Amino acid sequence: MFGEIGKYGNKTALIEDNGQKMTYSELVEEGNRIFGNRKERSLIFILCTNSIGSVCGYVGSIRNRQVPLLLSAALDAQLLDYLLKLYEPSYLWVPGQAVSAFPYGKTIYESYGYTLIDTGNGPCEMDEGLSLLLTTSGSTGSPKLVRQSYENLDSNTRSIIQYLQLDDTERAITTLPMNYTYGLSIINTHIAAGAAVLLTDQTLIQKKFWEFFNQHEATSFGGVPYTYEILNKLKFFQMDLGHLRYMTQAGGKLSEDLHKKFAEYARDNGKKFVVMYGQTEATARMAYLPSDRSLEKYGSMGIAIPDGRFELWDINRNIITEPNITGELVYYGKNVTLGYAECREDLKKGDERHGRLETGDMAKQDADGFFYIVGRKKRFLKVYGNRVNLDETERMIKGHFEDLSCACSGMDDCVYIFIETQGGCAVSSEEIKEYISKKTGLNKNALHVKNVEQIPKNDAGKTLYTELHKYMDIGD
Amino acid sequence: MTNLEKYKNAFAEGLEVEMDKITNDLEYEGIEEWDSVGHMSLVACLEEAFDIMMDTDDIVDFSSFQKGIEILKKYDVEIE
Repeated sequence: MFGEIGKYGNKTALIEDNGQKMTYSELVEEGNRIFGNRKERSLIFILCTNSIGSVCGYVGSIRNRQVPLLLSAALDAQLLDYLLKLYEPSYLWVPGQAVSAFPYGKTIYESYGYTLIDTGNGPCEMDEGLSLLLTTSGSTGSPKLVRQSYENLDSNTRSIIQYLQLDDTERAITTLPMNYTYGLSIINTHIAAGAAVLLTDQTLIQKKFWEFFNQHEATSFGGVPYTYEILNKLKFFQMDLGHLRYMTQAGGKLSEDLHKKFAEYARDNGKKFVVMYGQTEATARMAYLPSDRSLEKYGSMGIAIPDGRFELWDINRNIITEPNITGELVYYGKNVTLGYAECREDLKKGDERHGRLETGDMAKQDADGFFYIVGRKKRFLKVYGNRVNLDETERMIKGHFEDLSCACSGMDDCVYIFIETQGGCAVSSEEIKEYISKKTGLNKNALHVKNVEQIPKNDAGKTLYTELHKYMDIGD
Repeated sequence: MTNLEKYKNAFAEGLEVEMDKITNDLEYEGIEEWDSVGHMSLVACLEEAFDIMMDTDDIVDFSSFQKGIEILKKYDVEIE
């Protein structure tokens, strides 16, 4: 991965919204200055921003076989501290302004607004195939990490470049965080293809984003469902974006209305709209809906990516061959990651999945072979593209507010927190929202706290979540 | 209710924050509640409060409490 990017020489690799640029030769050299000439493998925490410094550290670590864990630079301080204690990284690559938060260790290198801190923890014994670590949720503070191999990265990057037909004339603009698998895959594919990445942490509701977008004539961007809702409200369809070639969508299921609307826009304006499906556990992508079928098959997540394939399993784990029957979606491919890690010791583990991923998503296939997601097996939601584990959220609330009986449920972009009032509840809705918002970084607009007299439970004491559905008043 | 009160209420409601957090120097991303999600909710509340439809350029230019007062003038909403 990134082994041959030096061949792109003086082509521009990165452009940051502060005006700085970097060529491929410079990217290789700078990456080597940060992480070159190390005999032993080390674990590195990178606090990511969409910036040249952040990408240099990442590319440099991968090229030099050092293993980064990519985290948001905005991660809650307590959660970061927890991960630091659990994984004892050898180095930290952090934005300059964050350095004061790490009083221990010593600064050994600085460039492009980033600082390399040696923690003194020393090298880390890890599986030889391990290339990269990403968080599973990034928000609920779970220490559970996804272990990705060099082969995973290589394979998925190649597949994506192939189906999106990327070449070195592309200029993708960042709309997602780099520590988020989808955002990272956009950076990975463009760098591997010798294209340019326009780096910004501005969001698409900021004027500066669109100025940067137009100034450098971005050719593509990606977005989660919420991104497309914003674009719809921003009257995106009336914007004059001649240089835009294509848009991708992932991170949860887009409403059928919006899927259709954007597919129509693409058709009428000579652009491509590519709906995709993936998980961090599959490196990034597993499926895509070819843009020429996007309108005809709106609502579908498409077909398996090149070199991947799907099966649908029934409850007895038998393969479903008939169309339009729902089963669990199971994926096979070289991008299926090695497994999880929950502590430093786990980094020594090898491949535990052997190329097969049970996605936890329930899907069906139409007679033409296109897949449609119909639900989830596990209790989690996608909120603004982030995975939110409902059981973890429940535990967080119960852990923080003593003697509080609560249950979490909801739908995508909408978390419901039910509070039992029987016996008196001393905590206000506001306090709960405040706490969860602070810990997860989710906007309070996504959190709905409801008081119920009693949380419905069965005889064994298990919460009956379906009975809570009647209290969910959408649009409140 | 004066326009200023309506304006402040839209911030409180849209961003889900207490009134005392709505200060004259409030800016986008100045508080965690005013992120892109909060922004779209704020815009919806303003549109409803003043019965207007904001243009894209104004939505993306709406970067602070003060800037918003300036922008709303275009829609014949005077906030004093």
